[in-house]
Amino acid sequence: MAQLTSANRMAGLRAAPSFAERIDLPQRVVFLAAASMIGIVILLLGFITWQGLQLFLKDGVPVTQVLSTTWQPDSTSPDVTFGLLPFIAGTVFVTAVALLISTPLSVGLALFLSEVAPRWARAIVQPALEIFVGIPSVVWGWLGITILVPFLSDTFHHDFVLSLPVVGEVFRAPGFLTGFSWLAGSLVLSIMVLPTITSVSFDAFRAIPQELRTGSLALGTTRWQTIRHILIPAALPGVLTAVVLGMTRAAGEALAVQMVIGNSPMMPQAISQPVTTLTSQITLDMGNTVFGEPWQDALWTMSLVLLIISITSVVLVRVINKRRMAS
Amino acid sequence: MLNGTRRFGALAIAAALFASACSSAGASPTPAPAATPAPATPTPAAMDTSSAAPGTPAATPAPTVNCVTGSITTSGSTALQPLVDAAAKQYAKACAGATITVNGGGSGTGLSQVAQGAVQIGDSDVTAESKLATPDASKLVDHVVARQGWIVVTNKDVTVTNLTTQQNIDIWTGKVKNWKDVGGPDMPIVLIFRPASSGTRATFKKLVLGGATEATGGQNVTQDSNGAVTTAITKTDGSVSVIGFAYYDDPANKPLLNGLQLDGVDATVANMAGGTYKLAADGHMYTNGQPSGLTAAFLAYMMGPEVQGTLIPSLSYAPVVK
Amino acid sequence: MTATASSAGSGSRGPSPSLRHRRSSGSILADRAATVVLWGTGIFVLLLLGAIILHFAVAAWGVVSPSFVLNDPSDSALGGIMPVLWNSLYMLALTMLIAIPVGLLGGIYMSEYAGDNPITSAIRFAEEAISSVPSIVVGLFGLILFVDNFHMGFTALGGALALTLFNLPLMTRLSEQALRAVPQDERSASLALGATKWQTIRHVVVPLAIPGLVTGVILTAGRVFGEAAVLLFTSGIGTPAHYDFANLDLTNPASPWSPFRPATTLSVYIWKLQSEGLGAFKNQIIDGSAAILISMVLIFNLGARLVGRLLTRRLTAA
Repeated sequence: MAQLTSANRMAGLRAAPSFAERIDLPQRVVFLAAASMIGIVILLLGFITWQGLQLFLKDGVPVTQVLSTTWQPDSTSPDVTFGLLPFIAGTVFVTAVALLISTPLSVGLALFLSEVAPRWARAIVQPALEIFVGIPSVVWGWLGITILVPFLSDTFHHDFVLSLPVVGEVFRAPGFLTGFSWLAGSLVLSIMVLPTITSVSFDAFRAIPQELRTGSLALGTTRWQTIRHILIPAALPGVLTAVVLGMTRAAGEALAVQMVIGNSPMMPQAISQPVTTLTSQITLDMGNTVFGEPWQDALWTMSLVLLIISITSVVLVRVINKRRMAS
Repeated sequence: MLNGTRRFGALAIAAALFASACSSAGASPTPAPAATPAPATPTPAAMDTSSAAPGTPAATPAPTVNCVTGSITTSGSTALQPLVDAAAKQYAKACAGATITVNGGGSGTGLSQVAQGAVQIGDSDVTAESKLATPDASKLVDHVVARQGWIVVTNKDVTVTNLTTQQNIDIWTGKVKNWKDVGGPDMPIVLIFRPASSGTRATFKKLVLGGATEATGGQNVTQDSNGAVTTAITKTDGSVSVIGFAYYDDPANKPLLNGLQLDGVDATVANMAGGTYKLAADGHMYTNGQPSGLTAAFLAYMMGPEVQGTLIPSLSYAPVVK
Repeated sequence: MTATASSAGSGSRGPSPSLRHRRSSGSILADRAATVVLWGTGIFVLLLLGAIILHFAVAAWGVVSPSFVLNDPSDSALGGIMPVLWNSLYMLALTMLIAIPVGLLGGIYMSEYAGDNPITSAIRFAEEAISSVPSIVVGLFGLILFVDNFHMGFTALGGALALTLFNLPLMTRLSEQALRAVPQDERSASLALGATKWQTIRHVVVPLAIPGLVTGVILTAGRVFGEAAVLLFTSGIGTPAHYDFANLDLTNPASPWSPFRPATTLSVYIWKLQSEGLGAFKNQIIDGSAAILISMVLIFNLGARLVGRLLTRRLTAA
């Protein structure tokens, strides 16, 4: 439908190049500037995919091995194995717990900002969130090592916490011998993705027509009932989009996570234990390996996995939003 | 009260920053108009270098330095970086017109980049042959500039002072899990590994563990650098790891760590130089083909008396030229 | 937190705003509780930010001073961070030099020319895709393209290019938003007076969008300033040397003005210090540097607001 007009425009452009050249040239320039992003994506996908496939193409590592849990990349060890599952699982689990912590908090915050907060409170909290976005990840990591990690090992090291009914179940058995852990990574990430989830959810709540609120309140419902039964269902696609965007950011974060999760290349066992992620293993090994060695090729495969995760999430967001449009 | 605190903090930082930002904006052009070779600034730099090498007499005339002008870059091993960096600063101080930029990045980065020709010198803890494919490795020329040593360190609460090679093997393969089994307090052992790709881990595995496969799983942590390891050890009860001499001897780190003997031998530069302390390896600086110009002059300087005689011992490395 | 958790989950129970939900004492109680919890989230965020700022204000007390900002790093004393701060500002300038024109032009296309066609949606998809790519992957892309393929080694230029492609989508989107915010009447009026489309854009739309554009630029700048993962693999992790600002030879890697030299920025320097730093003052230098980074973020944010407001006032008054 709308493609007709654009087709006309493009056709008009090509048919009469001499006609009003002064108008034509700027349009070409601005088009090139915008279209450069397509070029960047193609280059990025091309290079990372090519490098990421070298592990299979050049080094002949079978896909089944890559999906195993054994990471034994050292060429001096007897059975060299490039199992990437611990890193993929680590990324998924650390991200999942981060979202579990961050989503309720962020959605609550978005509701606070859009439904509850008076103007003055919003005027304070919104800039505060923007500052959160701007705090560099190395600073989060530094706060993680100097404050969070010792706090975890000091506080949850002792038995009295572990014997508590609910808390003890969560912080089960091994205890935090060291604070470098899955939980530490998830906590740092949950704060880092908080502004993303909050601001996108906030937009979703703001986009709900005011009549829905007034209509509901006129029926005699309380504000909370309106939020629960009207606003949250209406904003659900937007909130989902927010969570997916938060997930992408969490899965791709490198330095802050690497500093606090302990980087143990094994399948995640308990929330109090060290784990590893795709990003942290790349930061750990990239500088120590040489270009073209199978070990480094495996790191490129990890970055290909990261790229696939992020492109998938973009597609996911589109699907969610298309559903919203349709309904 | 909450807002008051927050505002105060924000104000304090913002005020400090504004003051400094203004002065930096005012000052960064200052050296530029001063066409005379910037009188104020070289002094602190000069003080830095001499204090980095406490053994150096403050105003050593440098008769042996072969000055070549130009600009080169080295990258690679973080274990060698303190030495290369200090030597580069000293050389640049002695030779106006020579600039040597020292980058870290890890041994693999150094070897890759020197093989690609992206840098003039690649620093590495391990030999090129062990990392690069033969055609690349054979192009590179090895310059061994120093011996570097590593020490097994623990958290301060571990009262052990010595571990034998066998005890190390038992600990690092996960056979022994509590300090009481090696004469220490009743406390679980937390292994803090260096990344498997690192020169430190490879050297330790070869020289101490005899190639035995390390323990996996449990509470074991991997930290990628001397600094991160030091932080992890200080914050973790019962932890043990391996760090470079240069980092152990640093005044900021030494009081926080419990350094262990290996087979009853003190981890000292003297014992490493004498060959009795075995956890040591060569520090390599690779060039792509035979070096020339500033690269050759700087490598010669690395082998000369200023570096081998004074700088190397002061930074806890051992000289390769007596 | 548990209350909000249940609120997030309750959406799935079905949107049935029926008359069942009349005000009862129970529902009023729930409403009160929800209000308290929602206020709690706001207060929590403020408390957290306040604590972080206070933490660094205390930690940086006695560290951050004019000499800390203006001196070269030292191995044996506190020294300063001048070369790395310079590199951060330099990289910022270099990145913005490329990102602002390309992003603005791209924004003009998306706001003024783009029709609803496959090319536009491809551009939109590319925009979203690049924004979602992890910074470390962008760093690796820069490593393979600039450092390995072009054999450039670690250079400020490679870092700035990687940062540009990382931030181009943000810059384009913010420009587009700013341009779209200009009322349609302004365009119609200009076109009615006989101006061409490009003249209208240049002399009417872009000037009116300046407050929004400036805000966009400053927000992008804040992100560029703190980035580290991209730069680890492109512009290098060096030990900052003494910079001779009188050396204006851009092709000489020794010149601080040259884009063909490794450039360790402030964020990368924090990373380097925590990983391989030496010296008794290491932690103070990290805290001081972090305080300066956070202050810069504060300044970028306040600046964006202030400048945007001032420009709007001046332009609307004129």
